Amino acid sequence: MHRTKVRVAEDVLDANATIARANRADFDRAGVRVVNLMGAPGAGKTALLERALAGGLSDERGSVQVGVLEGDVQGSLDAERLSLLHVPVTQLNTDPGFGGECHLDANMVRSALPALPLEELELLVIENVGNLVCPAEFRVGEDVRAMVCSVTEGEDKPLKYPLMFRTCDLVLINKIDLLPHLDFSLEVLLGNLDRVHPGVPYVLVSARTGEGVGAFADWLAARAHERAPT
Amino acid sequence: MHEHALARSILDAAIRHSGGHRVAQIDVAVGALRQVVPDSLAFHFEILARETPCAGARLEQHLRPARLRCACGEEWELAEPSFRCPRCDGAQVRVTDGEQLLVESIEIEEAPCIAPR
Repeated sequence: MHRTKVRVAEDVLDANATIARANRADFDRAGVRVVNLMGAPGAGKTALLERALAGGLSDERGSVQVGVLEGDVQGSLDAERLSLLHVPVTQLNTDPGFGGECHLDANMVRSALPALPLEELELLVIENVGNLVCPAEFRVGEDVRAMVCSVTEGEDKPLKYPLMFRTCDLVLINKIDLLPHLDFSLEVLLGNLDRVHPGVPYVLVSARTGEGVGAFADWLAARAHERAPT
Repeated sequence: MHEHALARSILDAAIRHSGGHRVAQIDVAVGALRQVVPDSLAFHFEILARETPCAGARLEQHLRPARLRCACGEEWELAEPSFRCPRCDGAQVRVTDGEQLLVESIEIEEAPCIAPR
């Protein structure tokens, strides 16, 4: 036996990127803009979506037809909550068939495409599995990324999970109604965010009181009316 | 835990390029910004590689430090996650190294050619 070196030079995430591009092409064809919504478990992703989508999304160009792809390891609790809003919700579980993965990848989203009413939609929000590490690695075919970071998670999270914070186009800082009860400095969090992702837009929100949720809803509606980048 | 999915992708790439031969070593460039835990990646790889042509293969991880360059010309190696320029405090900063996750090469085992001349 002798050893032979074979040059490979292949990005480890190549296969995922290829499928993500195919997803993106399908979304573009259907005229659907896609938001990948990420954050830690319990950060308030579903609660913020509920608040933002209640009563329907609209901006000066009219109402926006929005659908949700709900990613969870198990169960359909979040999808059931969102379906009360009368928006099309499709559940995607990573447990059966995908080994209980802690994130969505492009192939999982691709498997859910036939169940999505893409032709009826202008905006699809993909709520990723709660996790601050893995979802950041895997593009799923989204146009933009938003993440929810709640103040109860502490000020240091941007420094501990820089990849997540760096790949986001919007950071929603949730649970600000709890600030008076916490030993938490918003200034320190914003400073850490600025170090990791200088200039990233952020919104201070509370899914409980509704503060700032309008700004998030406006941001979502504006994404729906953006033209597909060519 | 993304190491599990990454190990599977590395394994797939190695097997695809192995031409059916046993793989003895895989060289991977791992950028510091990818947040890969080397021991975890090795652990997942070892388990996933069982009963494949990569079983027992050595996974050589070459860590690439993160390097940044600012529009002002300053270049530096990232020691802590701060993406503002240490010289001008600007945010026009580009990552020049440390974002890769690349299967660079594999070493396959081939039987020596013993055909008579």
